[in-house]
Amino acid sequence: MSLWLLLAVNSVTLGGLLFLLSAGFSLIFGLMRIPNLTHGSFFMLGAYLGTSFLALGLNLWLAALASAAAMAMIGGGIERLLLRRLAGQELAQVLVTLGLSFMIADLCLMEWGGDPISVDTPAGLRGAVPILSIVFPTYRLVIVIIAVVVAAALWVMLDRTRLGAMIRAGVDDAPMARITGIRVSRLFTIVFCLGAALAGFAGVMGGPILSVYPGLDADMLPLALIVVILGGTGSLPGALLGSFIIGFLYNFGQALFPELAYIILFLPMLLILVVRPQGLFGRHAP
Amino acid sequence: MRKAIVLVLALLALATVPYWIGNGYYVNIASQILIWAILALGLNVLVGHAGLVSLGHAGLFGVAAYAAAWLVAGGWGHLPAALVALAMIIATSAVFAVLALRATGIGFLMITLALGQILWGVAYRWIGLTGGDNGINVPSRPAPFGISLTFSTPFYYFTLAVFLLAVVAMAVFVRSPFGASLKGTRDQPRRMTALGYNVWLIRFLAFLFSGFWSGVAGLLFCYYNQFVSPNVLALGSSAEALLMVISGGSGTLLGPIAGAALVVVMKNVASAYIERWNFLLGAIFVAIVIFMPEGLVPGTVRLWRWAWSGLRGGRAAALLRAGDGTVR
Repeated sequence: MSLWLLLAVNSVTLGGLLFLLSAGFSLIFGLMRIPNLTHGSFFMLGAYLGTSFLALGLNLWLAALASAAAMAMIGGGIERLLLRRLAGQELAQVLVTLGLSFMIADLCLMEWGGDPISVDTPAGLRGAVPILSIVFPTYRLVIVIIAVVVAAALWVMLDRTRLGAMIRAGVDDAPMARITGIRVSRLFTIVFCLGAALAGFAGVMGGPILSVYPGLDADMLPLALIVVILGGTGSLPGALLGSFIIGFLYNFGQALFPELAYIILFLPMLLILVVRPQGLFGRHAP
Repeated sequence: MRKAIVLVLALLALATVPYWIGNGYYVNIASQILIWAILALGLNVLVGHAGLVSLGHAGLFGVAAYAAAWLVAGGWGHLPAALVALAMIIATSAVFAVLALRATGIGFLMITLALGQILWGVAYRWIGLTGGDNGINVPSRPAPFGISLTFSTPFYYFTLAVFLLAVVAMAVFVRSPFGASLKGTRDQPRRMTALGYNVWLIRFLAFLFSGFWSGVAGLLFCYYNQFVSPNVLALGSSAEALLMVISGGSGTLLGPIAGAALVVVMKNVASAYIERWNFLLGAIFVAIVIFMPEGLVPGTVRLWRWAWSGLRGGRAAALLRAGDGTVR
């Protein structure tokens, strides 16, 4: 396989993972108006929990689901117990999430040690599938398919259900949604649980590709941040498009201009913030 | 009068640190506290007085450190290297300010975060320029007026001199009409515009002032460690600087200094006894934001006054409760 194809395959895979991570981040940002700086930590903690579940003998899928459930509880707890106390004070909430990310990183170091933990690809998914003329590694293909399925499910949830309509109302205009009787604070908890669960799930799914190591949180959080700024906060299509743009920029930037890789990554975010602060699909500036 | 006595006592205590501490290790920690306090004071101009929370100040700090280290390692003298580094920090701050001041609040925080990450990426990845993870070694410390700063005590006095300069600059700045107008842009930007002030320009100049002192701290840091690496510019450093400002009490003169002391002591002294100081740091951060949002110094002052007036009887306490407890 040529270098270009390999890069493209990796880019699409990373795009899928990033979507799983940033969809929740985007909804939280859109609804609560805060960048949740613990989101990278949710990804890492989820991945570490996944390795523990794997060690207990669960297979990767069950481990991912169990880890997602655990992260949903942790995320909900953080929202109810800490962020709720600071309702309306966006800056204080951001600072709390920043402090929490320090704490989670240190807890992970304490519990799982400093050595990277590699995760095996499930036995049935180790081969490659030929699609047209491209040979696509099966596991990577599965990640992309899962991302697409999750995107579709989230879209149905947001666009076709009562809960989704309430979330959209909250993103558009939270005070007005409150007046019509929607309990926006309960939506906060739901969206926070959902975002944390997706991040934890993505962490486990990413394990076989990225492995799990201290500092994974700091690697993933900026990527999620760029995706959401690029796509627009609270917008699902924005998160999807942004994820794949960043997936490509990251892999091609690393390969072609390794010395400037981070500049290539952050420049689009900066341009968007300066020129079109609401992002490609967003409705509000952050 | 009482204030003057406290001031003289504080100065005396600072000036005699090497004599009553004795051990060179602790003198070095005192120097570190002063260096970080300068960064925190610089950041406080934006966070406390302008109401703009920046998560990119480690980038500014790092630019000055890297510029000086790079030039000195390349054979430049210390004085021209320091001057070029300070000129660079002003230029970088200006670019930061122009981009970041398109927003306020969360937007400002995120733009500064992105800019800080870009600088970190340059330091980490542009190996041809910055040496990447290996960092840059600085062969020697400067020797102003022929006094060698190699040992801990002279270096402490050098740092103390710069620190006092920073404190005086901050005190003058806060009391100046410009400082007052900056606070005006924090509290009532629209009214300030209506009164004919150029809000953007005021914030821009405040950013330059803040960036300048962050750069000065970066220079001192480069001399102190005689080494810079990308770690200095990482998001964690920016977060630590912000923690210093907020934990001590943003918008006060003493707060950022106390915050810097708290964080440095935690990092260096407590880490010898407690393994999980990073966890503790995060926990303190969260606790302060939730329970003492005004910071340790104003918070303690408030509690102390409240207890004091409680001892002396009701009237003063009643006044305090009525909202007269202006914290200075």
